[in-house]
Amino acid sequence: MSIVDDRNDTDGAVAVTAATAATAAPAEPGAAGAAPPPVPLLHVEGLRVSFAGTEVVKGISFTAYAGRCLAIVGESGSGKSVTARTVVGLTGAGSEVSVDRLELGDRDLSGLGERQWRRIRGKEVGFVLQDALVSLDQLRKVGHEVAEPLAVHGVGDRRARAAKAIELLESVGVPEPEVRAAQRPYELSGGLRQRALIASAIALDPPLVIADEPTTALDVTVGAQVLDLLAASKSRGTSIILISHDLAVVARLADDVAVMKGGEIVEHGPVEDILRNPQHAYTKALLDAVPSEHTRGTHLVRPADGEEKTVRSRRPVDRGRPLIEARHLVKAFRGPDGKDREVVRDVSFEVFSGETLGIVGESGSGKTTTARIALALTPPTSGEVLLRGEPWSALGLRQRRPARSRIGVVYQDPLSSFDPRWSVDRILADALSRGPRPPANATEARRRSLELLEQVGLGHGHLTSAPLRLSGGQRQRVAIARALAPEPELIVCDEPVSALDVSVQAQVLDLLTDLQDELGVTYLFISHDLGVIHHMCDRILVMKDGEVVESGGADEVFDRPRHPYTQQLLTALPRLEVAR
Amino acid sequence: MKLAFRLLSVVAVLIAAASVTFFAQLMVPGDRATTILNLQNGREQEWTASELGPVNEKFGFDNPLVVQYLHYVGGLFRGDLGTSYTQYQSVNSVIGAQIVPSLVLTASALVVAWALAIGVTLLTVKRGRFVTGLGSGWETFAASLPTYWVGVVLLVVLAVKVPIFPVIGGSGAWGTVLPVLTLAIPLAGFLGQVTRDEFDKVLDQPFVTTARTRGMGDTAVRLRHGLRHAVLPGITLSGWALGALVSGAVIAENIYGRPGIGQVLVTAVNTRDVPTVSGIVLVVAGVYVVANVLVDISYAVVDPRLRSHSRLATA
Amino acid sequence: MSALAPSLRLPVVGLARLTALRARPSTVLALGFVGLVVVAAVAPGVLTDRSPTAIDFPSALAAPSWSHPFGTDEVGRDLLTRVIHGARLSLGIGLGATALAMSIAIVLGFAAALAGGIVDTLITRVLEVAFAFPALLLALLLIAIFGPSATTQVIAVGIGSAPGYARMVRGQVLNVRQAGYIEAAAALGHGRWTVIRRHLFPNAMRPLVAVVTLGVGQSIVWASSLAFLGLGIAPPNPEWGALLDAGRLYITTSWWLEILPGLVIVVFAVSVTTLGRTLQRRLEGAGR
Repeated sequence: MSIVDDRNDTDGAVAVTAATAATAAPAEPGAAGAAPPPVPLLHVEGLRVSFAGTEVVKGISFTAYAGRCLAIVGESGSGKSVTARTVVGLTGAGSEVSVDRLELGDRDLSGLGERQWRRIRGKEVGFVLQDALVSLDQLRKVGHEVAEPLAVHGVGDRRARAAKAIELLESVGVPEPEVRAAQRPYELSGGLRQRALIASAIALDPPLVIADEPTTALDVTVGAQVLDLLAASKSRGTSIILISHDLAVVARLADDVAVMKGGEIVEHGPVEDILRNPQHAYTKALLDAVPSEHTRGTHLVRPADGEEKTVRSRRPVDRGRPLIEARHLVKAFRGPDGKDREVVRDVSFEVFSGETLGIVGESGSGKTTTARIALALTPPTSGEVLLRGEPWSALGLRQRRPARSRIGVVYQDPLSSFDPRWSVDRILADALSRGPRPPANATEARRRSLELLEQVGLGHGHLTSAPLRLSGGQRQRVAIARALAPEPELIVCDEPVSALDVSVQAQVLDLLTDLQDELGVTYLFISHDLGVIHHMCDRILVMKDGEVVESGGADEVFDRPRHPYTQQLLTALPRLEVAR
Repeated sequence: MKLAFRLLSVVAVLIAAASVTFFAQLMVPGDRATTILNLQNGREQEWTASELGPVNEKFGFDNPLVVQYLHYVGGLFRGDLGTSYTQYQSVNSVIGAQIVPSLVLTASALVVAWALAIGVTLLTVKRGRFVTGLGSGWETFAASLPTYWVGVVLLVVLAVKVPIFPVIGGSGAWGTVLPVLTLAIPLAGFLGQVTRDEFDKVLDQPFVTTARTRGMGDTAVRLRHGLRHAVLPGITLSGWALGALVSGAVIAENIYGRPGIGQVLVTAVNTRDVPTVSGIVLVVAGVYVVANVLVDISYAVVDPRLRSHSRLATA
Repeated sequence: MSALAPSLRLPVVGLARLTALRARPSTVLALGFVGLVVVAAVAPGVLTDRSPTAIDFPSALAAPSWSHPFGTDEVGRDLLTRVIHGARLSLGIGLGATALAMSIAIVLGFAAALAGGIVDTLITRVLEVAFAFPALLLALLLIAIFGPSATTQVIAVGIGSAPGYARMVRGQVLNVRQAGYIEAAAALGHGRWTVIRRHLFPNAMRPLVAVVTLGVGQSIVWASSLAFLGLGIAPPNPEWGALLDAGRLYITTSWWLEILPGLVIVVFAVSVTTLGRTLQRRLEGAGR
């Protein structure tokens, strides 16, 4: 693994360190001493890509070795996916690519024509995209999709290809491959689909496989299996380039890591070095930003001057009467077949004033429905929610309305929760008017809106913005400001950071904890991300198929899981073992 | 089970449509017997009771409305569409003689329109600014063309100025060319627009990128992956398109003097022969509704997702 | 040409400004043409000083020339002048029909989507039945009953196109009702009608602005189709459809009588479509 970053005009000092690490890198893989030196497969030097005059990849260089995995890590807009596509000559329309050296084995790929590229794709380089539901053609049979590289490259006849497809599906661990091959992608579960996609990518046994966010759309347990599959392929000598935003996923599979930011590789080296001893400020910040058990009780974003992370100053939790109490909630929906399906089954919990209760579960576990019942946006089929011991879910619409301001909500996608015609000032003024102290006039509304913006770390300038013009993190801050406006006792956060990049996620999580420390707000925090949950929550409910399978204090559940499902989740969870 | 339900709802829609046409006949201002006698004698005047009597009896206007209604709907079930005011013959025979050339015209136009639309989109979607602009420009233009104008221009250019085709078409094959084109060109523009939008989206989909990463060439990607997805919305709209075609056929038949229900219909509207108009409208509605069922079925052939019960998984 | 010259200045100034705003050239052209038609409808005298009824037998059925850009009809009336004077009624019919169609559609669409349950089922069924009739046939049925006139044309085209719009409105309302901001407003404790009035209605109506624009063009095309069949306003009137009806007699000899008024309708329809699409893009760009 060798990376020569030839454009270090901003971070000179760090770049030097990085370059030193780079020269050391090729020796590193043979750390044990016995293993043979790795064989370089793909050489990229001085790669630049621009779209319509804007450079998005700024002269990067890297090498991928046979039997090893190179991870290119970065947040959205870092240029990592563009880089991956450029390596197979599919940068896209309107792009300009220049490269000093682009070699696969002993083959020069720079300046290839489309026809020559087509002979490389699929045969020399396999490509796995993010979400198999949209990356496989829904109208064609899985078997045809898997065998398509064979057909494209004229390998075997129809019958031989069909047999090979089944063989491939079997090799990636798809049960009943004959049946699956005859089905269409939408009839398969997410995990099986992703396996089929990988089967297709390795159909011609290419020496290089590029996987672009292969586990991002998957639940933790399924994602782990997919990573194992790629690891198996690696151990058979395939070179893997893994494109990911998730450092924990990278830690599980990669041997070498290149960290990208703004089109440049800011740091690169063996995975152990990068994760344990990061040199570049951005890599450090990125690692700091990953929430986990280690980050509990501290901020995720290091202060600009400080070496140590600041610790939270928690307010005491009032363990008297619970703020909100759910008793034996059941929610059934009528399915298309006319049968009732219970998505929430006998869920009970209580949240005390000032604490954070986390609900964690994979997709379809019923966690969002539970949150909606708590918000009284959907009535439970049976069971009841009490607010400070008084009826809440059982109230009539009209009686509940004045009390609604006591519970706020922050959604995963803030943009869709804002009326597209409204600017920030109107959104906040509207929310303020619902609180116990509605502003008397426009001046007061404006003053208090500005206070709110300040509280969530936004400035005066944002008051008149349209949410559409704000960044994802800023939008979520506005959403939090709106939730705070009516001075609620409880805020329900439904996957509030799932759509954000990790560094922005860190800022938003820090904001939420700060608000709790300042104002004593209580959170009901819903997430699929165990790291986020462990970082944020005092107590946890683990949900699966509509039921609470385990509950208790955060450390208790994470350190000594009793239920097999929780144990499975925690084993599957890719973790960052960072020495601190 | 699902099909049975579908058929039942088709019957319900047709009965409702029949009720609409029945009440349409009642809504004609003035006394119906008077209207009929006026029509048959070609003048406006008052008629005596003895003159009106036989007409009222023949058409059953003396009976209570409910009886008239049941008689009308009952007749429909036996395939009897009623009696024309002007020609003193059954609406059945009026329509029966004319429906086949109209069906030939609309069906051929649908086929030609699809061929044109697919051809143009395949050749021009995402092919660089100029070619793409040419293709979508043609579609916008063609889709905005009123049928009568296409008909008139084709007639003037290809039958009058350069006499390749006959001015009065008749129902022969050669005379059918211009009417078919007249109907097909605007429809091709419309279907092309819809198909192009979808094609454009599909070619940006990850599964198309995946196909390209397997080394598939552009033409193969378009044909094997793009096309099938791209025609789906167009197929959904083909049912609607049939309605537009029937409307257009009325006009095209008029321009080219081509036999068909369009001619009969316009004459009947002009003479305010409401039973004939109702009958034709009802028959067309029937054809239309059945055609839409066929469109649904063909949709399921192209899109297997609709055949499966696990469709929820894709939502 | 001479008659047109002085009047062209008015819109031209506007065009220059729009170009400065970096609108697409096609949008600018479309806006210019629609502007011309509106001027013709409001004040035809601005565009021409000729009379639409001035008979001039010696120059009857003259082909297009400098003095008669669109040619003349069978009694020597200047066709361009007649087209200009016909704009008011044609545009009126188009606007009237669209207004009627949209009113019906909004009432039915909102009622179905908001009431849900049996009301929704009922309205959806009614629409389904209405859909069984192709628009032109429904219009013809109405004309057969009430006899041809401008009012019948408006009613026929309006009712004929209402079901399509109604279905669109219903879908749009259902769509907006799913939006996150509707739930967010409910979670803040706003009442049902407040949410409908402040969020649902304006957001559901937004995309319909573009649809209405497209609709006016379509209505004029439909209305002129009826007139072409001799089922619209009767010929001596210079309404565009009536011009088409009148010209049919001379189609083999004097093509301009049919093709040029038709061309005006086509260009108008294309212009309105272009504007509608631009509007649609803008709305989609601004909202979501």
